[in-house]
Amino acid sequence: MRSVFFLFSALAVMALAFWAYRENYATQNAAREAARLTREIGRLNEAIAVQRAEWAWLNRPDRLSELVEANFDRLGLMPMTANQFARIHDLPMPLPPDPAAGLAEEIDAVVELAAEAEEAL
Amino acid sequence: MTRTPLRPLARVLPARDRGENPDSIERENIRLRHEAMRDRARLRAEGRLLLLGCAFILGFALVGFRMAVLAASEPTEPRIAASGAQIQAQRADITDRNGRVLATNLGTHALYAHPRDLIDPARTAQVLAGLFPELDAERLHRQFTDGRSFMWLRRKLSPEQMQAVHEIGEPGLLFGPREMRLYPNGRLAAHVLGGASFGTEGVHSAEVIGVAGIERALDERLRDPARLDEPLVTSLDLTIQAVVAEVLGAGMRLLNAKGAAAIVMDAHTGEIVAMVSLPDFDPNDRPRPPTEGEPGDSPLFNRALQGVYELGSVMKIFPAAQALELGLVNPATMIDTRGPMTLGRFRVRDFRNYGPENSVRDVIVKSSNIGSARLAQMIGATRQQAFLQLMGFLEPTAIEMVEAPGARPILPPRWSDIHSATISYGHGLSASPMHLASAYAALVNGGYRVEPTLLRRDTPPARERIISARTSAQVRDMLRSVVTEGTARMADVPGYAVGGKTGTADKTRPEGGYYKDRVMANFAGAFPMHDPRYVVVISLDEPVETSGTEARRTAGWTAAPVMGEVVRRIAPLLGELPVIETVVPDGITPVRN
Repeated sequence: MRSVFFLFSALAVMALAFWAYRENYATQNAAREAARLTREIGRLNEAIAVQRAEWAWLNRPDRLSELVEANFDRLGLMPMTANQFARIHDLPMPLPPDPAAGLAEEIDAVVELAAEAEEAL
Repeated sequence: MTRTPLRPLARVLPARDRGENPDSIERENIRLRHEAMRDRARLRAEGRLLLLGCAFILGFALVGFRMAVLAASEPTEPRIAASGAQIQAQRADITDRNGRVLATNLGTHALYAHPRDLIDPARTAQVLAGLFPELDAERLHRQFTDGRSFMWLRRKLSPEQMQAVHEIGEPGLLFGPREMRLYPNGRLAAHVLGGASFGTEGVHSAEVIGVAGIERALDERLRDPARLDEPLVTSLDLTIQAVVAEVLGAGMRLLNAKGAAAIVMDAHTGEIVAMVSLPDFDPNDRPRPPTEGEPGDSPLFNRALQGVYELGSVMKIFPAAQALELGLVNPATMIDTRGPMTLGRFRVRDFRNYGPENSVRDVIVKSSNIGSARLAQMIGATRQQAFLQLMGFLEPTAIEMVEAPGARPILPPRWSDIHSATISYGHGLSASPMHLASAYAALVNGGYRVEPTLLRRDTPPARERIISARTSAQVRDMLRSVVTEGTARMADVPGYAVGGKTGTADKTRPEGGYYKDRVMANFAGAFPMHDPRYVVVISLDEPVETSGTEARRTAGWTAAPVMGEVVRRIAPLLGELPVIETVVPDGITPVRN
């Protein structure tokens, strides 16, 4: 009985040692991976900052107004004026949808239902 | 421990004598000895159990504590840590109120040399001088060969320049990473932002510190490591700023002005939507402060904030507002405007003779110096001073710029009756356009004090009433009349009910007295006048309008049209709905009480 217990303990210790050994390396790998990801996120963040700076640089008002002037033939953009404001109720209403189009579908549906009812009977 | 014998003779012999079995004595002693042994063993086992228990509790507590620490730790944004990161190189971005970038950081490299590691100093010096025009080949060669072990060559390199330096192939030339402050919008809002430069420099990184404007004023906030990812949101609107700068620049050129300034401020919160001062500069390459000439003529000088000038007739609204507030007059009260008005040896004159009597409203509409001086006389110097104090004219503004505390208004040393009279029409007290903007905001917004700020306010500030809503409405009405029928007709914009006051102040000579032909033309106003949202101040330095037969310098001909154009352009961009002023139908009389 006793020897079985000792044998079992020895096996358990070996198994635990193996498990701890593996965990140790897994931890080290995870830490390395985390460091690598941190570096990569940092690098990407820096790249995003550069892109944002470039976006701001390309969208600076000076450049945009130059572009608007250069492309005036095509775009015809002018400064916004007060005339471009309108209240919603001053705008023409959108045309009402054609009632006949919807009606035809409904009639079809009713006819179909009637046919089904007849078949069931 | 003394071992007691199991069969002590001293007890065995008397027991034998008594005829008892001595074995019972031995058994008794054995029993006692076993009991003692059992107690000892139990004590030891208990101690071990306790120790083991403690060890387990400690272990689990450690694991639990670590878990708690991990759970409670702030997630940090990973960044590339520069080795030797004792120097704080990062700096938070600055954006406008809509999140458009005004200032950001860009990674770049600095170039330095270890001259002792140079293989061919002569050739290296030659090539470097070819690459960078500011370096001199001979001097560089001398420095490379005089035995020093370290020298800086350039603080910022573009990637192309860096590649070119790499191509020299010299092991003694080295690069250090740098954070560079970039202002992508160039000259736009240059005075607000100020600029940045390097502080403590190391090979691996360098501090970026603000040198002027908001960069300097909020330097600690921008460099706070905990708030690096949170951009500083200013109250500026980049689009409005660009349009105001464009219109003001065009006005300045057309009117041959030496300089110009404009402020657009939210009338209720005091947020500065645009602040322009011309001439301006590029904060990416901030010029050195001038060593000669007037500091006020340097592009670095922020006229909108630091330009402390006599403001002229724009100040006339303050005695009128105060007289209304004190109940001394109402807008229709007639004021004696016969000129010249004598105060001791001093005479007050009007631009023209406006007749013997004018209502308070007409004093403002026609801009009568004599009328304003009379109102100031009715108020008295002490009360006038208290009112201007309330309006913020006696203190520097509290705006978040490092230049603000230096822009202290210039006050008369003693506030005599003569000073009181001249201050009522804008001479004798010098203040900046920023003072004027916040005071006008308080006048027109219903009477609440306004503190100018460059930071976006998401919650409305606590409001402190300084004049009554009724006075504010009367002032608005008078300012609107100045534009519809008075000196500022050129500032009118259909649909936006502009109101305001012109002011033409003769510039003071440095040796004393006033120039005859140099003026500061100012316009302070707001729109839309029925419920003002924005206050606009325009200031032109030495403008001349030469389209007519004679040169015109008054603000009505110079600052007012610029004001009109600014409002025409920015009001739609600010999302203001134009209101077509309807003609009041017959039979209905508008009543105001």
